[in-house]
Amino acid sequence: MTHLVTRRLSVEALLAQVQSPERGGTCVFLGTVRNDADVSAIDYSAYESMADEEIERILAEAHARWPDVRVMLNHRLGVIPAGEASIAIVAAAPHRDAAFAACRHVIEEVKKRLPIWKKELRGDGSEKWVEAHDHR
Amino acid sequence: MSKVSVRFFARYAELAGCSWSAVNLETPATVADVISRVREVFPGTQAMPPRPLAALNQRHVKLDAIVNEGDEVALLPPLSGG
Repeated sequence: MTHLVTRRLSVEALLAQVQSPERGGTCVFLGTVRNDADVSAIDYSAYESMADEEIERILAEAHARWPDVRVMLNHRLGVIPAGEASIAIVAAAPHRDAAFAACRHVIEEVKKRLPIWKKELRGDGSEKWVEAHDHR
Repeated sequence: MSKVSVRFFARYAELAGCSWSAVNLETPATVADVISRVREVFPGTQAMPPRPLAALNQRHVKLDAIVNEGDEVALLPPLSGG
């Protein structure tokens, strides 16, 4: 199953994959495209097969570290308008501490490891590749 | 001589002028050797940093990782997912 999508992200669909009655705490993280510096949209591209495998590895590591937590994520690719989400992560656990910790861990690993790149599209028609240190 | 697949992404694909190619070199070699060969074959990639991020067969590796015939080396601009 791929974690990479080109449609609008659905938090509901992700929640359905992790929530259950014994998990009382669910944490949702959404990363959305900011409109700073006249950015109207970001075009996301990826080394798709590796990104998908890397996501699998990140989720497996999270599962090994927090066995009671279920975590899922989707990353959207293609042109995403400002204000729409590029990534959604959901983590459900028996208690909130583990849900927050796992969710935080996964987004930080995503930032460090996923072979995904952003090109900012500006209102004036110009474009600019984003280097990692520009946005944290 | 052995053939090694090379993939370029994002800005590096623009520098190389392609996203997928192959280079010939003696193997076993290192990822750094492959990058040196790439800089010869695709002069635009000389604008890449001296030590770019790289993946070997879809895993992040250091530049001293060993490359064999048929392997795939990917050159990755600074990551900006999320």
